[in-house]
Amino acid sequence: MPAAVNPDAAAPERRFDAIGALKDAGLTTLIAFGLLLPLVGFQTVTDVRNELVLKTRFPLLLALTISIGLARLVYAFSIAPWRERRAARPVAAARPARFDWSAAGAKWFIPFAIGFVVVYPLIVLAVKGRGGAVAWVDNFGIQILIYVMLGWGLNIVVGLAGLLDLGYVAFYAVGAYSYALLAKAFGLSFWILLPLAGCLASFWGLLLGFPVLRLRGDYLAIVTLAFGEIIRMVLVNWVALTNGYAGISTIPRPSFFGIPFTADDNGFAARFGLEFSPIYRTIFLYYVILGLALITAFVTVRLRRLPVGRAWEALREDEIACRSLGINTTNTKLTAFAMGAMFAGFAGSFFAARQAFISPESFTFLESATILAIVVLGGMGSQIGVAIAAIIMIGGTEILRQIDFLKQIFGSDFDPTQYRMLLFGLGMVLMMRWRPRGLITRRTPSVFLKERKSIAADLVKQGHFTEGAG
Amino acid sequence: MDYFVQQLINGITLGSIYGLIAIGYTMVYGIIGMVNFAHGDVFMVSAFIALIAFLILTAWLGITSIALALVIVLVVSMLFTALVNWTIERVAYRPLRGSFRLAPLISAIGMSIFLSNFVQVAQGPRNKSIPPMVRGDFTLLSGGGFNVALSYKQLIIWCVTALLLAVFWYVVAKTPLGRNMRACEQDQKMAALVGVNVDRTVAMTFVIAAALAAIAGTMYLMNYGVLSFSDGFIPGVKAFTAAVLGGIGSLPGAVVGGLLVGLIETMWSGYVSIDYKDVAAFSVLAITLIFLPQGLFGRPDVEKV
Repeated sequence: MPAAVNPDAAAPERRFDAIGALKDAGLTTLIAFGLLLPLVGFQTVTDVRNELVLKTRFPLLLALTISIGLARLVYAFSIAPWRERRAARPVAAARPARFDWSAAGAKWFIPFAIGFVVVYPLIVLAVKGRGGAVAWVDNFGIQILIYVMLGWGLNIVVGLAGLLDLGYVAFYAVGAYSYALLAKAFGLSFWILLPLAGCLASFWGLLLGFPVLRLRGDYLAIVTLAFGEIIRMVLVNWVALTNGYAGISTIPRPSFFGIPFTADDNGFAARFGLEFSPIYRTIFLYYVILGLALITAFVTVRLRRLPVGRAWEALREDEIACRSLGINTTNTKLTAFAMGAMFAGFAGSFFAARQAFISPESFTFLESATILAIVVLGGMGSQIGVAIAAIIMIGGTEILRQIDFLKQIFGSDFDPTQYRMLLFGLGMVLMMRWRPRGLITRRTPSVFLKERKSIAADLVKQGHFTEGAG
Repeated sequence: MDYFVQQLINGITLGSIYGLIAIGYTMVYGIIGMVNFAHGDVFMVSAFIALIAFLILTAWLGITSIALALVIVLVVSMLFTALVNWTIERVAYRPLRGSFRLAPLISAIGMSIFLSNFVQVAQGPRNKSIPPMVRGDFTLLSGGGFNVALSYKQLIIWCVTALLLAVFWYVVAKTPLGRNMRACEQDQKMAALVGVNVDRTVAMTFVIAAALAAIAGTMYLMNYGVLSFSDGFIPGVKAFTAAVLGGIGSLPGAVVGGLLVGLIETMWSGYVSIDYKDVAAFSVLAITLIFLPQGLFGRPDVEKV
């Protein structure tokens, strides 16, 4: 063929293979049946005599199997040919010069989003009134913001420095227990203990990080997991200090610069001439966590411009190149680890102050996995992405908990929240398959010439590519 | 002394279970260089499949011979678990080859969360307990008010583990499939050039790993008689510890590492503190990785550009 061909001729229209698609769907159905038969087809139930008996759920099994087969068929008939055509299209034609929506959007989006979260409690207060607003500010505001902050903290470790930390919740626990124990033992105030808890968590980060940070990526992940579990087990078993599974209760709540949120004459409401309501404390806590989260974001943004931040990102891209350029990789990793741990410590002490009760149950591996899922789904390194992922995942769970119509469809014992982690896990797998760089794939480079432009995902890489295994 | 012998017996039993799971970690690591984080949960799924198969056989079909039931349970569990792991490899790991280094690990973590929660949703969050499958024991040493006993179930676990390890060793060392696996472990590209079907070999590796995990799962069910959806996590990490201790990538290392971790755990809970037995195992993992990252039988890992 001559060199200058018509781009359309390069991708000849392939005949659609209907029989192949049917066979494929049949095979998928068969495999799905085999996979689901033992665990969905049969259910083990403890009966009244406390013996384990089997129940069958064949209608459910058939429904699931057939829907998986149908989904595969639909995929083969509609999505697969479309993907094939798109893959066959020449690259140049597929990328016409367009108005850069994401850049323009980001410019307006961030101030708008910050403005919205600042006025959010007031909007809720205006709409729902004092009584109804507590649940809204607490469940949708504070709860999400804690995870946004944890996500941003872990983002320093995973997203910027490229170290997979599976034990992040350990530092969260250190922060929470530091606040709880010190506040109960010495009666120190929240504002003194908050930085102290951050320092202690960061100290533990250094202590644990120092021996392990020369390990390779996947080993590091497992060791951090082991450390996280060790800390949790110490919390469970050291009953004299931590009260074990029973946890610590009646932790002092933070006060408004010395004015407690109580109903008496010295309380916040009485001092400011307001009618007493628990909403003031909730709103105050909301602004505290909002401030902490914004500090985390601001510090991260500034750190990226510092030599250490650039070293983190360089380390993420290529550790060997970093080492040969004279960067002390251990110290660089250690600072990232300690910085991430510090923010987890802040979040932990806030958590303890907000709940007034903590127990080791709040600091399981599942919690680490949730935070990691937020960072991964949000796009490692992207702060907006992490925030959006936290809102979708944590807010989504809260919404699932509140809506009732699913119960009417699936029966009254249907609890949508138990599907939360199932969906998170599935989401992580699917994300790695289709969008390994997360929801937000564009990055703003930390170094630029004259003009700042965000770069598309396919121009940057992250982590080390496996060699030979490809 | 008697107490020590008893703990030794318990430790070897536990160690055989860990060793079987550890082989799955070490094989997968050897061949595609990823830590298959979901392997512990595959083990848990296999134990659930074994539980369901056992209940079908005894309660519905009325099989009274425990030996026959055990053999059928083992085979059924191995088959279904192999299918599960084959599918996982196909769906979650194969498309990620050539992606960035942490991608398969993150995908495996996602898979692990998915599997344990799937079992929680499908089978309920409560512990499942069954009456002991095998009763009775030999008394080995007696006197001094303490009898050292080797129960029949422990003996079965030892024999089944030893027998199936021999079969597994034969497959890896003597068959064409084993040769392909070893070739892929050394150099995938070169293996592909000389006509080894790399994709199929990797898939078969996952199938064999799952079959060994299913043996471990059945033995676990027989030994403890209690099962819950979260049972994959801790044994999984311990088996990974065993694989690392033995030198990841080394098959005899995995078995030796498994036995060592089993012994350390039982000795620790016997002589030091039973509350901190998991801490002991996790500390072994951390200490090994820090001071002896290549393990007892592994090759030193050189990072190249």
